[in-house]
Amino acid sequence: MKYLDEFGDPDLARKLVEQIHAVTTRPWAMMEVCGGQTHSIIRHGIDQLLPEGVEMIHGPGCPVCVTPLETVDKALAIAAQPGVIFCSFGDMLRVPGSGQDLFGVKSAGGDVRVVYSPLDALTVARENPDRQVVFFGIGFETTAPANAMAVHQARRLGVRNFSVLVSHVLVPPAIAAIMESPSCRVQAFLAAGHVCSVMGTAEYPQLAEKYGVPIVVTGFEPLDILEGIRQTIVQLETGRHDLRNAYPRAVRPEGNLPAMAMLREVFEVTDRTWRGIGTIPDSGWRLARRYREYDAEHRFDVGGIRTAEPAVCRSGEVLQGLVKPHECPAFGKQCTPRNPLGATMVSSEGACAAYYAYRRLDLVPAS
Amino acid sequence: MCLAVPGRIVSVADVDGTLMADIDFGGVRKNVCLEYVPDAAAGEYVIVHVGFAIQRLDEVSARQTLADFERLGILEEEFGDGWTQAARQVGADR
Amino acid sequence: MIGSVDFENWSCPVPLRDTPQVVMGHGGGGAMSGELVEHLFLPAYGSAAAPGDLGDCAVVPAGGARIAFSTDSYVVKPMFFPGGSIGDLAVNGTVNDLAMAGATPLYLSVAFILQEGTALADVGRVAHAMGAAARAAGVRLVTGDTKVVDNGSGDGVYLNTAGVGLVADGVDIGPPRATPGDAVLISGDIGVHGVAVLSCREGLEFGTTVSSDTAPLHRLVAAMLATGADVHVLRDPTRGGVAASLNEIARTARVGVELTERDLPIPAAVADACSLLGLDPLQVANEGKLLAFVPADRADAVLAAMRDHPHGAGARRIGTCVAEHPGMVVARTALGGTRVVSMPIGEQLPRIC
Repeated sequence: MKYLDEFGDPDLARKLVEQIHAVTTRPWAMMEVCGGQTHSIIRHGIDQLLPEGVEMIHGPGCPVCVTPLETVDKALAIAAQPGVIFCSFGDMLRVPGSGQDLFGVKSAGGDVRVVYSPLDALTVARENPDRQVVFFGIGFETTAPANAMAVHQARRLGVRNFSVLVSHVLVPPAIAAIMESPSCRVQAFLAAGHVCSVMGTAEYPQLAEKYGVPIVVTGFEPLDILEGIRQTIVQLETGRHDLRNAYPRAVRPEGNLPAMAMLREVFEVTDRTWRGIGTIPDSGWRLARRYREYDAEHRFDVGGIRTAEPAVCRSGEVLQGLVKPHECPAFGKQCTPRNPLGATMVSSEGACAAYYAYRRLDLVPAS
Repeated sequence: MCLAVPGRIVSVADVDGTLMADIDFGGVRKNVCLEYVPDAAAGEYVIVHVGFAIQRLDEVSARQTLADFERLGILEEEFGDGWTQAARQVGADR
Repeated sequence: MIGSVDFENWSCPVPLRDTPQVVMGHGGGGAMSGELVEHLFLPAYGSAAAPGDLGDCAVVPAGGARIAFSTDSYVVKPMFFPGGSIGDLAVNGTVNDLAMAGATPLYLSVAFILQEGTALADVGRVAHAMGAAARAAGVRLVTGDTKVVDNGSGDGVYLNTAGVGLVADGVDIGPPRATPGDAVLISGDIGVHGVAVLSCREGLEFGTTVSSDTAPLHRLVAAMLATGADVHVLRDPTRGGVAASLNEIARTARVGVELTERDLPIPAAVADACSLLGLDPLQVANEGKLLAFVPADRADAVLAAMRDHPHGAGARRIGTCVAEHPGMVVARTALGGTRVVSMPIGEQLPRIC
């Protein structure tokens, strides 16, 4: 695919790796925010190519992992109701709630469907006027414009049997919360490239300044990640803490103006509880008042949910970069991708799943 | 998050009052919503996430980035100082 | 009822009691399917099961000959996809299970389970496809059955085919024979069938030039055996893809496998579709393809024979069987790193992240 394959070129990757080694003189710890970046790093073995002492701390940038437990439980409750068609992105189907996951609801007779795009869910609603169609609107800022459009279209087209269970999370408040954490070891951030494609880079310079950390907007292909790491290390080595864009082909400083206008129209900021981390003020989006009729939380009675996280799951500490997946006592034993205890093991880009899938070789004792 | 891939716009059409595009992902074709990049035209590249174009792909910038990668190391040989070169590349000397 | 199943002493970290019901993942051809066999079916059958793991094909003695016996059910949706239909899969799939044991496929049974309301024209199309596929493969459809179920939407044809064939003396092909040092070969492009089917699955529709590669492989196998090489293992990487097949072989034979990513024949159209949906081509289903483990010194001869055959034109070596990390499949990435190629869990789902 054009503009994809070129950014995986092994020869250019080698050059970038050599440059990284040439400029690194001390240990550094940086966090890649986005789960897609975590996936790419581990899948290509990029962390194995970095200089000794350069550590990638995996951030909470997987919306699947951080969707609040209570929201997952609400999704399960709604999906189980008769007459409901529950549409979701594929990633969410195996996220465990307090009891089960959406696959379990499906096997008990719930009509749970995977969609690629939120507009597909709206189409399902138009094709099934006698059913209530609910779409699970999760994601970071990247996915929010798509989810917003589905709600906006529903109103414009007068589709009454459609609603959305919204649970968006925002990157900048997460960065602040991580830096405020007393046990924080993060010295720099690779910002999420596609989040910035939508939102631009305006929110980041003040974070870089306030916390004294370089923030480099980074893409997802091997060369993009290596370049993001390289620019970050150069800043660290020269004592700088600036916002830089290492993904200029897809990120403009002003972001995507029509998308941001739609976001302001459809969503409003709210406090959000990040699964495994806790409540971060003003870190999420919910449907704005004027769209309340499309809010699944209001259309369905989902009160009285009692959440219960398995005690042994340490997703929260993994998400904050405090614990590596294989340091968790349950990793690979009670908690595997087959039977995930926590969301970090479910999502294909959750740090634990990525480690389990790609790294077990290093962690297996030599036989 | 954010699995988004670049694709080339083949054609644009209004469907039920929504701007949609037929996008070619190197052989795979998919119908994608273009409302967020409404002035993008056939032949241009966009980045697509969950069925929506979320940003134009700047081809000039893409080529420039690849060219920069190609030149890495070569410039070091010329100027003999990887430090300064690297710092210049991140704009640290601005 | 299932008194012989011991829920307390399983070695698997995931007790079945966590999912008291069948879920879609149990049919995915990955770890969950394997667990169902290992922890539910085999213990329940007890001594009635032949030694082994109820693999794709059994080779059993009967009347002085060795009979290969296999069964498979086909539930693919949609029924018709670019390059074929459930009918083609049902014939070729069972023919191939027999071929992977080194057998000459001879006779198939066909059982239809039809959902009430299905268009007879569609059923007819499927049957025609089966007849054509059987003729092309040189097998006869000798017995069958038809049932109708009154299930909801009325657009389903479920098929089961069982097949028998004969295994010649001296032919001993199966996963336990995988030996460190063996060359791992693939007969052509991977991920083709899975992408073709996904492209017309509801909710995902995308346009692609990719057409299913369903095909009978027994003549290709015969050509490989005719070189005189002692072929150790043959496997058609269907559900769960190359990843599932290699993981199963590695686990059964207690060997490791090392792949070189650069050598994997993944067509651009498959790679692009997988990028779009966030899938791993190694976990995508194949139909008219086979994996082979052959002694390293015979690899070139076998590859040459494969490439001479229409169904092996794209054959290549993709890796090596090793003694290290038994039970695990590892790939060297294009960047020089390594990654583990995992056993797929359940169904492959498109992801947004």
